[in-house]
Amino acid sequence: MTVLAVTASERAEFLTFVPLAILSVVAAVAMVLSRNAVYSALMLVVNFFCLAGFYVLLEAQFIAAVQVIVYAGAIMVLFLFVLMLLGIGSEDVLTETIPGQRPAAAVLGLLLLGAVGFALANGGFGGGAGSLAAANADGNVQAIGRLLFTRYVFAFEAVGMVLVVAAVGALVLGKWRP
Amino acid sequence: MRVGTNAYLLLSALLFTIGVVGVLIRRNAIVVFMCIELMLNAVNLSFLAFGRAAGSLDGQILAFFVMVVAAAEVVVGLGILVAIFRKRSSTSVDDVDLLKG
Repeated sequence: MTVLAVTASERAEFLTFVPLAILSVVAAVAMVLSRNAVYSALMLVVNFFCLAGFYVLLEAQFIAAVQVIVYAGAIMVLFLFVLMLLGIGSEDVLTETIPGQRPAAAVLGLLLLGAVGFALANGGFGGGAGSLAAANADGNVQAIGRLLFTRYVFAFEAVGMVLVVAAVGALVLGKWRP
Repeated sequence: MRVGTNAYLLLSALLFTIGVVGVLIRRNAIVVFMCIELMLNAVNLSFLAFGRAAGSLDGQILAFFVMVVAAAEVVVGLGILVAIFRKRSSTSVDDVDLLKG
């Protein structure tokens, strides 16, 4: 690819991707390392917003909106409700219950990252980015709706069933038994 | 300067690894749940990257289903957590040791 072939939109994608990637990784690390669970939740919200940005870059506008509404909205509010309900004073103990747990976790994480990186370097997608311009021609939401109610209609109904069962299960678990 | 699929996949692997390490080192069950959410989102990112590389919307549908199942999982998981907290007054995963011999 020559320098002349770089269009304004491609440069915009690159200039959006790099800061968002750095911010999302920093937020994820801060979430794991912060002692206070409420800070962890807020860092996770930052991370979810970054991911919504990536979804827009990947031409998934509907999923990006769902990410903000469902994840950053509903699920994180649920997390914060439970945090407040159970008391936020209980901070993590600093001592290790299993000796050598943290170094072992770091080594295992590096091994996992190395394995995935090795697989990507050897058999990855050779730089081709692809495009959804044809699939999204009528609009992203319309195309997803068409797929959901034709090819994936059974999975769609099954997932509705899962949601009902989860709601009933939460009611049963939350019932106060004196 | 087009951001290739490999860049998204590498970022997804990085976020997934951070989630795994978080599950391994944190003992507050709520934070462990948050790390699981981070891992689910990392996988969603690679679904969308693969979908764009293949030029089809199936990756987006899959990511949508993952989100729904994640919502159901969080509801049930936090319900279990509240039930455990009522019995043991703690959210540490080390305090749930009823099966310990």
